[in-house]
Amino acid sequence: MAKGVKPRVKVPKKASAGETITIKTLISHKMESGQRKDGDGNAIPRSIINRFTADFNDQNVIDVTLEPAISTNPYFQFEAVVPESGEFKFTWYDDDGSVYDTSKKIEVS
Amino acid sequence: MNLKLWISCGVAALATSAAAQDSNALAVDGEALLTEAAAPLHMENVDTIYSGWRFRASETQALQSDDFDNPGMIFVDQAIDLWAKVDGSEGKSCASCHENVEDFAGLRPTLPRVEDGELVTMENIINECRTERMGAEPWKWSKGNMTAMTALIGLQSRGMPVNVAIDGDAAPFWEKGKELYYTRVGQLDMACSNCHEDNYGTMIRADHLSQGQINGFPTYRLKNAKLNSSHGRFKGCMKNIRATPFKEGGEEFKALELYLASRGEGLAVETPSVRN
Amino acid sequence: MILENNMTLTRRKTLALGGSALAFASFAGAPAFASLTDDAIAEMTGGAEIGEGAITLTAPEIAENGNTVPISVDAPGAVAITLFADGNPVPAVATFNFGPLSASRSASTRIRLAGTQNIVALAKMEDGSFQRASANVKVTIGGCGG
Repeated sequence: MAKGVKPRVKVPKKASAGETITIKTLISHKMESGQRKDGDGNAIPRSIINRFTADFNDQNVIDVTLEPAISTNPYFQFEAVVPESGEFKFTWYDDDGSVYDTSKKIEVS
Repeated sequence: MNLKLWISCGVAALATSAAAQDSNALAVDGEALLTEAAAPLHMENVDTIYSGWRFRASETQALQSDDFDNPGMIFVDQAIDLWAKVDGSEGKSCASCHENVEDFAGLRPTLPRVEDGELVTMENIINECRTERMGAEPWKWSKGNMTAMTALIGLQSRGMPVNVAIDGDAAPFWEKGKELYYTRVGQLDMACSNCHEDNYGTMIRADHLSQGQINGFPTYRLKNAKLNSSHGRFKGCMKNIRATPFKEGGEEFKALELYLASRGEGLAVETPSVRN
Repeated sequence: MILENNMTLTRRKTLALGGSALAFASFAGAPAFASLTDDAIAEMTGGAEIGEGAITLTAPEIAENGNTVPISVDAPGAVAITLFADGNPVPAVATFNFGPLSASRSASTRIRLAGTQNIVALAKMEDGSFQRASANVKVTIGGCGG
């Protein structure tokens, strides 16, 4: 597990059924591109988050493939539609095999 | 003579009007922050002071106007965890003595300040807690734990005007900081004032020179994608002018921090700000 | 001032001429000229015709720092959008696959650009067709900030 990885997500607490809501996500991660060299001239191996998914009640909202050109501390903003009350699950997949996730409940009226 | 004067006036006008600080207003999640103020009386050569935010591109400015979009907030989140984490021989965390970090609202704008004849910064105060009360190792000046914690504590004062004491006990430190500000150093033989007082608003290659205000520190820089301490930034400036930097946390930089803070009197604390 | 503008225009015209001549050369059947981005797009589309106009790519004209360049894409009716940066060592940037609960076929992120270059967005639409948009982003080389 990479050091100091911490996800942040912003989801409204309430919405009406069928409403479009904006979601923002951010995770602290170096996103080492594999293009850099250390002080001795050796290539620093690539170590990035390579996939991010957002699901709501087990249905997919967005599934993103990330390449090393995504900035340090990857940020995404996108829109979802919520048919009923439930839980968003956000998952980030690290090159090193680690998986980070966080959930947010939303009340739909 | 007349013609020469005309030309130089024209050139000066062009230089400033083409690239002066913008007139955007900063609001974070709807709360307005003052990025412009009348210069404090002790500043002889500047009429109006501007936050560094005003010199940035609109995309960079936007990163600071929403706390979720501000990448510096990741580190504030980390500091909230650190706040409650027990460390050291006494089995204490910050939260053991200080129930709410909100209680530190009002601290940031008054630092650095003199305590028992010594000039102390927020880093000094945090490390004193760690070594004297927690029995823990002090944190390094510009490392992640420290910049995260100074950001969390500084954030509690966001929006409050910078207001440091420069008279009484503080006067000799302030004088020393002022002297450093105007002293030319390094192979390029430049003082802080040459860029940040004589030439703010103009371009240095593709970069827009600011007034070198420190009201937003620690600041998240796009350059290195982390929070940067003011002393770390001073070090960077000194390297750029090919000088041997003073030590982070040393007497010189602490005095300079006090003097620079006093040049920002009246600007809102923006911690953690976002800069290039 | 006017003279200066004219000069700039003349230089730009010359550059534009040079550019189109180069484009023509690569179009005229020299695959060695094709970029990695063009190769990747050709592979994804299988050579199908690519439309324009139903996809919007928003990027700053000038990026203050190539480390963090905010961009957004919006292609109503897309199932997936892939982003490329044609001047990066690895042109692929990201692919957004939209699921059933995605409200709009839009997304924003922050990307790294190694220098001034074109960003290309390629959307695969629900009917299997493709849409493309591109934007040029100038990346400044900083003084003290960069």
